[in-house]
Amino acid sequence: MFFISSFLHVSVHQVTVFKLLPLYFPSSFPISKIYFNLFFFFFSFSFFNFSKPLFSRLCLNRSMDFAKLKRMLYYWIHQIVNILLRLTWHLLHVTIHLFYFAINIANALESLLISKGLLRRYKSLHISKLQYLAIVIESEDCRTSNVIELLQWLADLGVKHVCLYDKEGILKKSKDFILEKFDGATLFQENDVLLDQPLMTLEFASFSDGKEAVAKAANVLFMKYLKSGSTSSYQGEQIFTESQMGEALKTVGGNGPEPDLLLVYGPARCHLGFPAWRIRYTEIQHMGPLKSMKYGSLIKAIYKFTMVQQNYGK
Amino acid sequence: MERIRERVIQIYGNLVSLLQKCIFCILSVGPIPNHIAFIMDGNRRFTKKCKLMEGAGHKIGFSALMSMLKYCYEFGVRYVTVYAFSIENFKRSPEEVQSLMDLMLEKIEEILKEQSIVNRYGVRVIFSGNLKLLSEPVRLAAERAMLATAKNSKAVLSICVAYTSTNEIMHAVQESCEEKWDEITLLNSSGAGYGLISLGGYEQDEMDHLIKLTDIEKHMYMAAAPDPDIIIRTSGETRLSNFLLWQSANCYLYLPSVLWPEIGFRQFLWAILNFQQIHFYLDKQRKQS
Repeated sequence: MFFISSFLHVSVHQVTVFKLLPLYFPSSFPISKIYFNLFFFFFSFSFFNFSKPLFSRLCLNRSMDFAKLKRMLYYWIHQIVNILLRLTWHLLHVTIHLFYFAINIANALESLLISKGLLRRYKSLHISKLQYLAIVIESEDCRTSNVIELLQWLADLGVKHVCLYDKEGILKKSKDFILEKFDGATLFQENDVLLDQPLMTLEFASFSDGKEAVAKAANVLFMKYLKSGSTSSYQGEQIFTESQMGEALKTVGGNGPEPDLLLVYGPARCHLGFPAWRIRYTEIQHMGPLKSMKYGSLIKAIYKFTMVQQNYGK
Repeated sequence: MERIRERVIQIYGNLVSLLQKCIFCILSVGPIPNHIAFIMDGNRRFTKKCKLMEGAGHKIGFSALMSMLKYCYEFGVRYVTVYAFSIENFKRSPEEVQSLMDLMLEKIEEILKEQSIVNRYGVRVIFSGNLKLLSEPVRLAAERAMLATAKNSKAVLSICVAYTSTNEIMHAVQESCEEKWDEITLLNSSGAGYGLISLGGYEQDEMDHLIKLTDIEKHMYMAAAPDPDIIIRTSGETRLSNFLLWQSANCYLYLPSVLWPEIGFRQFLWAILNFQQIHFYLDKQRKQS
């Protein structure tokens, strides 16, 4: 009885460590999680062995009355259930990690087959359907060598207009470097019409081209509103239209064309703040981290996009 | 014989809800999303697939919505948003639009009744969107529903009708412009304006920052709710279709391939598990911006 109770006492303190573990290893290989769990388990067990005298005083109190015993029992049952729940949760997430690991292996095999040209479905891509491609890259993952390789693949596939976005603006800062290294592209100009051009056009965007650009456009519209000297400020009237907003965004430099397809290279399927005004009907595909990018999965994503039919609300 | 069958079904139902409660207990060890948004796509495809009458898919979709809301509120999700009707949907045939409006009217009346989900979980209902585009009876019913549930504070349900994200942004910009105009007029009339209206009193820099980002965000239709944690769009489509574009910067997009009337506990569970897997990363992104 004494053995079990003191063991549980230590496990309770260990539970907080269990809770903190996922925070430190968000996307690591699941085996390390299991090892760490086992490590802390044995550590606490050995710690308990050296601190037997401390716990003996807590538990061997002979004059405990019945109510106190009942309270202690409920407390320990509660703790046991808590520990079981946490263990189950961890086990569940480890299983999911293993599942995704297997899925990744399957995807890698498939993209290998696609890039070798063995799967007939992906042989001919209707690339003309893809007018404007946007790529969202996780800022911490942003290695220019990978970006240039990706641009090379896109140029080989025949994509003409690409927008590169990352939240922090790292790609914007290395704009000149990328354009120098990758000689198949020019910078996107604001009034470029999306015609067929010999070279690929590149646009660079960051978080400030999203919400802050809308704030600047709001100021532009406000100035116009003041200058027009309108005296009627009846609240219900529609003063601005969406096209006026689009024009204002263009003047502050935050409005390129709307992408047809958005590829997200990052740990999660999330557009990380890409300018909201432009992604109304954009297909969003998640490609995984940039360092494990594959040619085959790029082809698969573009193929999936060309198969989609949009109603636009109708 | 009938009674035995009913009993068996009742026991089965109890077992299922007990199992669901156990699963929720286990899941609550990890992070619980604060705000989930649903794009209810695939009703018409379901009608075609199951060869039902027109409009039946939407009715079944409504009961799917009720069960999803039940799961959300029992799990502890405080804010739920649903995309009921887009401004683009007005382009559909007038009969279809009218039948959707009638369905909406009928369901609004239903949720205001005593035993409905709204009262059971203390849900405040908000209708987000350009309500002026709706017909009179629907708009009045919506306003009545908002008033009736205004006192509830345990959870919030935002129903987006006549809503598109671009319209929301534009409306917010317009409201902030009008607010700023009223402010300046007030200053001017009280003599403290220093001739602001004539634009002479401001530097170019200051003029660029008259309207700030916080002013615009204050006037969004969805200002009452925090940014969503998960957006679930059914029927396998991978786009946002002008829904919560502004608010979904750090939000996990879960895109199951089931149609909306077929969505169930399994998809909800999978969405929560995936969310818990990447919660740490998205939280970090949110804190950085």
